[in-house]
Amino acid sequence: MTGPKPPVLTVRQLRKTFQGNAVLRGVDLSLHEGEIACLIGPSGTGKSTILRCLNFLEQPDGGEITFFGQYLCAEDGNSNIFRIAPPRVLQAARARMPMVFQHFNLFSHRTVMENVVEGQVVVLRRGRAEARDRARDCLARVGMLERADFYPDQLSGGQKQRVAIARALAMSPALILFDEPTSALDPQLVQEVQGVIRDLSAEGMTMLIVTHEMRFVRSIAHTVHFCEGGRIAESGAAADIFGPNAPPRIQTFMEVAHG
Amino acid sequence: MYNFFFYAVPEHFPFLLQGALVTVELSLISMLLGTLLGFFLAVGRLSARRALRWPLDAFVEVVRDTPLIVQLLLIYFSLPEAGIVLSAFWAGIAGLTLNLAAYLSEVFRAAIVAVDKGQREAAISLGMSPVAVYCRVIIPQAALASLPTLGGYFIALLKDCSLVSFISVNELLRHATIVISDTFDSMDTYIMVAIIYFMMSFISARIIRYVEVWLTPSNRRATLSVPLTMDKEGAR
Repeated sequence: MTGPKPPVLTVRQLRKTFQGNAVLRGVDLSLHEGEIACLIGPSGTGKSTILRCLNFLEQPDGGEITFFGQYLCAEDGNSNIFRIAPPRVLQAARARMPMVFQHFNLFSHRTVMENVVEGQVVVLRRGRAEARDRARDCLARVGMLERADFYPDQLSGGQKQRVAIARALAMSPALILFDEPTSALDPQLVQEVQGVIRDLSAEGMTMLIVTHEMRFVRSIAHTVHFCEGGRIAESGAAADIFGPNAPPRIQTFMEVAHG
Repeated sequence: MYNFFFYAVPEHFPFLLQGALVTVELSLISMLLGTLLGFFLAVGRLSARRALRWPLDAFVEVVRDTPLIVQLLLIYFSLPEAGIVLSAFWAGIAGLTLNLAAYLSEVFRAAIVAVDKGQREAAISLGMSPVAVYCRVIIPQAALASLPTLGGYFIALLKDCSLVSFISVNELLRHATIVISDTFDSMDTYIMVAIIYFMMSFISARIIRYVEVWLTPSNRRATLSVPLTMDKEGAR
């Protein structure tokens, strides 16, 4: 069994409709180990919905998602039957691809340390001591170890997001989903969170990032997917997407997005 | 005045306090049972199952739309006809518990619904099962949020207990009635009763406030082993 590794995640013809409004009209995507892919595009084109369908925070209406070769949802081409994997399978998959949210969503009744320990103990069934060791390690990586005993409402937005990243890291994830991780932050706090994500990229973490920060995308992404009209309209290596020969609609978008 | 301090108080205060003790017992037991029942009512009423939701909704509606005193009279005097005989004390507990549970189920339901949906999503996205999401994240936060209201209901309950004197439970107000029928000294007696109620409510309110502060995360200030001004250095 040699040859190129199969992708961590494959998405085929993913579809999602909200009250008759087709938000995803057939998304195709694949992600390999160590790859950093960014989803960009105008607002309302379903970038966040793609992420939320990947971990089934939203139930897709059709299409296929495979995660490490395991079907999370699939449809039979002939009979048109769409099936979603049982909850147990979805829960296991979510634990391996945790999400970092735009609004952090730290557990407000728990300290920083407890936030990072929680998933390990409840989901991965790690012992408390082991979980705390791992949490300490993860908090150190995002520079938040000194705040271990603080409550979320005692932290700045950037600090909260760094803790949220540590919480995801603690799950020993195969992939981290980032849903506009810096959109809710003051400009001066954006850097500290981007810095942490950059550190993870240096360590080879696989990441799928929805963001509007084009400069950040340019500096970190291996692959860029441009979403438009509920589909991935263009995909390419970051160098191509940002190069002089980029497809025209991306150039137009960049001009609007960044000037 | 002379009569109050040198006759009424030494003569009857201890007897009234005995009644007050029963009032406290009634309150504590009903509070405990009512909170538990109210919690399960709230969870049941949030269930997707109509067969579960509707009867519970109906129960809460009926309890809230009839006076407590009528409920107590029904439980004590009418249930025996259906073969359910409760002592006055436990009939009182039953009435107070059902009543409190109905009201608290609304409080808990609102608190559960009000938990930020991002909290639920964060828990789900870590791979938690629905039960874990509820037990580890939603319920603790809802419980914290409903604590102040809970305290208010407890103090109301303490005073509602006076109603069970109507079904002959020997609590504070009934002891007062006994004293008055003995001495015809209604003013002094009722003043003592009011003082005792006030003290009980006042002390409960302090205790509840203390518990509330103690349980609120942001009040459990972390021991600042590192001063807050380290932010710059912590950032990259």
